[in-house]
Amino acid sequence: MLNRLLSHDLPRNRGLAIALVLILLGLALTPFLFPGTKALNVAAKIIVFIVLVASFDLLLGYTGIVSFAHTMFFGIGAYGVAIASTRFGPTWGVIALGVAAALVVSLLLSLLIGLFSLRVKAIFFAMITLAVASAFLTLASQLSEFTGGEDGLTFKVPEALQPGTSYLDAPLLGASVDGRFATYYLLFAVALALLLAMLRIVNSPFGRVLQAIRENDFRAEAIGYRTVVYRTLASVLSALFATLAGCLLALWLRYNGPDTTLSFEIMLDVLLIVVIGGMGTVYGAVVGSVLFVFAQNYLQDLLKIGASAVEGVPVLAQIVSPDRWLLWLGILFVLSIYHFPAGVVGRLRALRRRGPKP
Amino acid sequence: MTTTAAATAASVAPAGASAAVPKAGFDLLPLALVALLALGGWPLIGSTSTWLTLTVAGLSMGMIIFIIASGLTLVFGLMDVLNFGHGVFIALGAYIATSVFAGMADWTGSAQLWRNLAAIGVTVLLAVLAAAAVGWAFERVLVRPVYGQHLKQILITMGGMIIGEELIKVVWGATPIAIEMPEALRGVVTFGNSAVEKYRVFATLVGAVVLAVLLFTLNRTKVGLLIRAGVQDREMVESLGYRIRRLFVGVFVAGSALAGLGGALWGIYQHGVVPQIGAHVNVLIFIVIIIGGLGSTTGCFVGALLVGLMANYTGFLAPKVAMFSNIGLMVAILLWRPQGLYPVTNR
Repeated sequence: MLNRLLSHDLPRNRGLAIALVLILLGLALTPFLFPGTKALNVAAKIIVFIVLVASFDLLLGYTGIVSFAHTMFFGIGAYGVAIASTRFGPTWGVIALGVAAALVVSLLLSLLIGLFSLRVKAIFFAMITLAVASAFLTLASQLSEFTGGEDGLTFKVPEALQPGTSYLDAPLLGASVDGRFATYYLLFAVALALLLAMLRIVNSPFGRVLQAIRENDFRAEAIGYRTVVYRTLASVLSALFATLAGCLLALWLRYNGPDTTLSFEIMLDVLLIVVIGGMGTVYGAVVGSVLFVFAQNYLQDLLKIGASAVEGVPVLAQIVSPDRWLLWLGILFVLSIYHFPAGVVGRLRALRRRGPKP
Repeated sequence: MTTTAAATAASVAPAGASAAVPKAGFDLLPLALVALLALGGWPLIGSTSTWLTLTVAGLSMGMIIFIIASGLTLVFGLMDVLNFGHGVFIALGAYIATSVFAGMADWTGSAQLWRNLAAIGVTVLLAVLAAAAVGWAFERVLVRPVYGQHLKQILITMGGMIIGEELIKVVWGATPIAIEMPEALRGVVTFGNSAVEKYRVFATLVGAVVLAVLLFTLNRTKVGLLIRAGVQDREMVESLGYRIRRLFVGVFVAGSALAGLGGALWGIYQHGVVPQIGAHVNVLIFIVIIIGGLGSTTGCFVGALLVGLMANYTGFLAPKVAMFSNIGLMVAILLWRPQGLYPVTNR
């Protein structure tokens, strides 16, 4: 049963399995274990990032294509829900409409970019997506009557998901069962389903072809697979999953703006997570997202302690200042590309393989 | 592609071409495209004076972009390394300009042209030296271990970019810094009805000098010969006994230095810098080198002019879609020539 659910791609390492179960339980029980807005927000962000990063891994880790337009699709999803809700009011039908419209836009756009630039070298794709994404960001902040410009859009979600809606009068096991609670579990369920779907895709024959293309595209072509078609399909699929992740984020925040979903910083975050978590493993996205979002929210506190310890030392104090947390992650990123290119998950799996040998 | 392009192009044989060595004619079509774009902008804009202002602005912007992008395209052509961290050198140059200008405030504030130029000279010198030094370290630490692995190159250089940007924030702080334009380069020169900013003329001149030096080095010196040969066929040059790796380090350092120079000019041009300046300009220079054909210096020049003109024209005509116009330009050119304006063989 479990084997089937995970598409025969088991963690293959005890430590990893324990970590994954802990993450799953932790996320499933967050409203009960850690009551409070901040913990719930962090958990929701982790959930959205897991889907986003896993969808990017489909492209980078499994197919070996570098795209910098991934946040563009993330943003399209979020804007789809946001624009539909502001225009037509908060109902479920409108949200479905927004999601559907966003999916169609993402489909067409990714198909266009893919067919146009995947014919040539991978390096072209990286540059072209970078250019298109930055143009899209500018466009989104310019068309203010449509997207709310730099300020973004704040909108209402259907009543069942509004924070004011209360389902139980008394808190259940320490958690207040209200609209936020419902939204959180909606996010959790959808994200879990999406993650399992992606696991299914990468472990299907189609996923194997993608990996073959990553390893040696010339040979894959020679065996008889049309690499352009497979690459384009992979980029379309990953764009669609990213769009759905964007929809989830918009539902959670009840807001969307250029900085929340489209900015290049988020693209870099996703890149960092994929590489640190482990390219070419869906579980890497899970572990990486948890580590990263925790670091983002709590590493700064840690650095604050470090900064107070070295206060007075001129250069050192600035380097460990809490604002410079990205510097440390950047260094970790470079080191992990050199020393463990398969990331945390790949490292754990390799441990097991090396274990029984001697 | 090359042969058909050369056949359709109006080829001009250099005067001294001997019959023994067949020479490919210079492809003039892309240059004609620049003229076409400039002329096409004229009726759309309507007024000649505005058109002239915009054209000069576009040319100067193109020149600065060319200075920045030329190093990147050479590095790619020679060693097949695409440096996503090129933006760090741009940002470094621009930030050094802020420091020098702040330190030499009485020189830049002086009304005498020579003192302004001396201040700019110091800025440029420091920016070039610093960018070259950082470029050398960048190549040594980040790029060298991942030769020949495209995916890792993209990721590593991107990581270098993140680290570089953060280090710049450590030194100069994360807030935007304004740059005061030197006194004598402020204001405009008027030609008839059209006003042209003095600094833009200055930037265009600097760009022209860089172009001339670059073309001279590439076409008239032995080092240039080796670089061009390396772009065409690296292994052959190596087998002739030249240390292509040393050559490459030189090109990488020179490319970084050019980016530093361009960054300093760009920072002054924009009247200020933000830490993300590198990432912003990166997008433009990628479009430029894709348009020009990866690895081609001439293509990079033509591409930079096209992008500069396009950005200024659409910035005036339809500011909301200005950024998309460059993408449109790139798509159109790639549909016409899928390898860029001047395709480099073997890539």
